[in-house]
Amino acid sequence: MLDLKQSIPNFKTAILSLDQIKAKKILIDLSDSFPINQVIDKLIVTVLEQIGEGWEQGNIALSQVYMSGRICKELVDTFLLPSKQGRKHKPKIALAVLEDYHLLGKRIVHCVLRASGYDPIDYGHGISVDELLKQTQKEKIEILLISTLMLRSALLVKKVKEELSKAKFSTKIVVGGAPFLFDDQLWREVGADAMGRSAFEAVEIIKRLEGGLK
Amino acid sequence: MNKMNMTSLNRVLTTLQFKEPDRVPLFLLFTMHGAKELGLSIKEYFSKAENVVEGQMRLRAKYHHDCIYPFFYAAIEIEAWGGEVIFFEDGPPNSGIPFISKPEDIKFLEPPRIANSIPLQKVLKTIRLLKEKIGDDAPIIGVVISPFSIPVMQMGYDKYIELMYENPEFFERLMKINEEFCVEWANAQLEAGATAICYFDPVSSTTNTPRELYLKTGFKVAKRTLARINGLTATDLASGRCLPIIQDIAKTGTGIISASSLEDLAEVKRACHGKMSVLGALNGIEMRRWSSKEAETAVKHDIAAAGPGGGFILCDNHGEIPWQVSEETLMAISEAVHKWGNYPLDWVKEYDR
Repeated sequence: MLDLKQSIPNFKTAILSLDQIKAKKILIDLSDSFPINQVIDKLIVTVLEQIGEGWEQGNIALSQVYMSGRICKELVDTFLLPSKQGRKHKPKIALAVLEDYHLLGKRIVHCVLRASGYDPIDYGHGISVDELLKQTQKEKIEILLISTLMLRSALLVKKVKEELSKAKFSTKIVVGGAPFLFDDQLWREVGADAMGRSAFEAVEIIKRLEGGLK
Repeated sequence: MNKMNMTSLNRVLTTLQFKEPDRVPLFLLFTMHGAKELGLSIKEYFSKAENVVEGQMRLRAKYHHDCIYPFFYAAIEIEAWGGEVIFFEDGPPNSGIPFISKPEDIKFLEPPRIANSIPLQKVLKTIRLLKEKIGDDAPIIGVVISPFSIPVMQMGYDKYIELMYENPEFFERLMKINEEFCVEWANAQLEAGATAICYFDPVSSTTNTPRELYLKTGFKVAKRTLARINGLTATDLASGRCLPIIQDIAKTGTGIISASSLEDLAEVKRACHGKMSVLGALNGIEMRRWSSKEAETAVKHDIAAAGPGGGFILCDNHGEIPWQVSEETLMAISEAVHKWGNYPLDWVKEYDR
């Protein structure tokens, strides 16, 4: 009998060495014995979280983080959850790069969320505060993930939060990116509800915030 | 060298020989703050060489730091390549939509001619004018973005990572083109009067690239490129970690390495011993909200960690002071260095880091 927990090291090694064929084989074998949501939650999400922790500790590089996320997203998109059916549509999640043109962080978060079975709306990069507010309100987004690289963009999150509150929207804001890593007080200062130190914390944060939304 | 009469240049050159000068040199790497001094918008400020010259002169007179930094913004190189630059009122200009949209575009890529590039000529004019004013009083630090790191702006970081892993042929071709440009651009700045070249190479940091891949890519690129730059170089990883590859970086031919505030500065200094000097490592993001007392504490911490024995220049850890850092904080940093940075650093023995 295959064991999800025992497959973790092999799956992790496969995606870190970019061996998509081996990673897919592990998933095929496991999906014969376990429900797809268990394979995603207990294997893929766990491995991605471990890779995120490795990056935070300086043991894994961003390029590995990106490639692992991309491989997992592709495997889930094409093999485990090829249609919208079976994906988690609640809470309603969107992500964006606020005014910045550096989109790697957002792409990794997008990969991680897709690989974890979510179906986030991607507002792209270089989006202005006004446009982000308009989209968030129009689509009644419950959790908004904002990625920034530049300090000035990080500080703009405060305006997003204030305007959403004024408009009586209780959208939760999750921030991530270099300015927040280098100043661990910044996310509170800009009024965010949570800060992810790595893209892989997004799933855990969403689960936590989801509890508060109910 | 008589320590009583040291200029900023003497001070820096002494520390780079792993000797103690009169005090720890301080580099305040100002780019945008000159606009504040002149009462101009950031875009207006960078539109003329004369503005940057005046800004740099006023900033040095105000904060008594030890370098001149004629760096405009990273995206100016992208501007020279024909790419888009987006200006903001309160932050550094960003590069816009990448001009390499698919790997095949690399086949037809040609580096810009420095002689014909208006933005690059503006930087060279700035360096020439600053050299006329400064002479040998302070080092003028020119800047290049490394051939290995500039593709983040040329094609977007995600596409660049994919290129590195999946398309070695186009990757090598891009490096070859970028190396030619980088060497020519660095040497043009040295000819214009720059004392040294800061080689910005954040992608090489282990924060971004694993060591095994770095050794096959960024390391080789740096070794080839730095060997052809006709002057002293400092490698700046723009706040990325350096410790796992520090001995490799020392072999690229660089004389100085930037430390990240994410790493133990004393450990970085020990690892560099006798091979490279250390630049760092004040946290530029936190600096925005420091009180004068906190600024003094941070300065003391870094001097205690890396000051003894020379081989150390105090600096922010990113290579650019954020626009939001106040005059009061910058003044507090400068005053703290002038108070606590004087050699011999006897107080360090008693200092509990």
